[in-house]
Amino acid sequence: MRDDPQLGAGRSALPAEIAEGANIEGAVPITLRINGKDRQLRVDPRMTLLDCIRETVALTGTKKGCDHGQCGACTVHVNGRRVNSCLSLALMHDGEEITTIEGLGTPDALHPMQAAFVACDGYQCGYCTSGQIMSGVALLKEPCGPDDAAVKELMSGNICRCGAYANIVAAIQQVRKNT
Amino acid sequence: MHTFEFIRPADSAAAVATAAQAKTAQQGADVRFVAGGTTLLDLMKLNVETPARVIDINRLPLDKIEGTLDGGLKIGATVRNSDLAHHPMVQRDYAVLSQAILAGASAQLRNMATTAGNVLQRTRCMYFRDTMMPCNKREPGTGCPAITGSNRMLAVLGTSEHCIATNPSDMCVAMAALEATIHVQGPKRARAIPIADFHLLPGSTPDRETVLEAGDLITHVTIPPPVAGSKQVYLKLRDRSSYEFALASAAIVITVAGGKVTRARVALGGVGTKPWRSPEAEAALVGQDVNEANFRKAAEAAMRDAKPQSENGFKIKLAKLCLVHALQIGTTG
Repeated sequence: MRDDPQLGAGRSALPAEIAEGANIEGAVPITLRINGKDRQLRVDPRMTLLDCIRETVALTGTKKGCDHGQCGACTVHVNGRRVNSCLSLALMHDGEEITTIEGLGTPDALHPMQAAFVACDGYQCGYCTSGQIMSGVALLKEPCGPDDAAVKELMSGNICRCGAYANIVAAIQQVRKNT
Repeated sequence: MHTFEFIRPADSAAAVATAAQAKTAQQGADVRFVAGGTTLLDLMKLNVETPARVIDINRLPLDKIEGTLDGGLKIGATVRNSDLAHHPMVQRDYAVLSQAILAGASAQLRNMATTAGNVLQRTRCMYFRDTMMPCNKREPGTGCPAITGSNRMLAVLGTSEHCIATNPSDMCVAMAALEATIHVQGPKRARAIPIADFHLLPGSTPDRETVLEAGDLITHVTIPPPVAGSKQVYLKLRDRSSYEFALASAAIVITVAGGKVTRARVALGGVGTKPWRSPEAEAALVGQDVNEANFRKAAEAAMRDAKPQSENGFKIKLAKLCLVHALQIGTTG
């Protein structure tokens, strides 16, 4: 049993042999640095970065929506840049730095973007929220005009079926104004 | 997804040598290069692409943007679309390219998608993407259900009785107007292919989309020096204002002197089976006064050979208005 950071000491989301992917035929060893911690993994070549994060590393904050790069629910940062983890193979990221929603903040010490989403009510069902927040955090470092229209344009890769868009834009603008 | 062997080559020569073992570089290729993965992985999940070997070219030294000796630009194959769009030289000298890239996809996809991948972007035709349906592009000889089916998004220029699939790229439309050249390393030699000659019309072989042969690796794209005094515009019309493919788009590079057009390069997107350069529109513009009537004549010339399908006839008028408006933007102020 390996400790799982999300579940706490002495608890693991999956049995070690599954979590490590050790029994997968044709699996290839890789190292991903996820949220600041090196993970030695064995992955099927077909495994997407998204499935690897969710199923092998058992960090389930990153969501699978369309699985075709159309909804943005799977957005994570690779080497500090936001990408759709569903359209990338885990193997392609051997040695790279991955940040997921679990790496941004904790329930006791929220990232400013997480706090702003709470303050602005930037979600309803919450399924798209981790992708929205990962996109919003990345947007802070990208060329983006000051007005709401610029934020909407750069957030168009994140779909919210509940329609919380106005509050999502407000949350991102709140963080931009305060930093 | 079918299983495959994942290969990370030591250099471009090794990548080419491995890819040269494939039977084709076209639809059905059993060896594929992967860079951003935004097209390939998507189509592999749909079983439209089923390569036995996938060659990861991300760690080859093909990721640079550099000025060329003649004052032009050299763009590496694996340069990310977002890096290209925001590069200071591109923003200064090739605004139409920056605008086109930023009008396409989403920020996440642009962070992944690459120069070469965008050049090789596949059609969004729903019949091509659905392996339960016939499709001459995916399975030659099975027919084209789009011609009698759902074709609102499909092409009106360059179509054939075998295929009416639209080329979805915005970047390539700008590159067509900028007269870019695609540079390829093949198993025998390197080649430089003008973008106008790179993509093929569907004709009777819609499974052949480009001139690439097995083993050919796009290494970079070059763009000639910017034309002094020219203005560049990319205008894209779509069903929603962001993150949507074009219904019609226009890329123009235009030079005006003394109230007359002295040079024009025009390309259209969203309406053609390939990135659609329009020498007809260019010829109609050059030497003419800058006014709306002449822009309308150029637009008529551009769309003269357009052939509407059952649901997409509106694109012909839309493309004309798009080009007229782009020309107005490019000749104002």
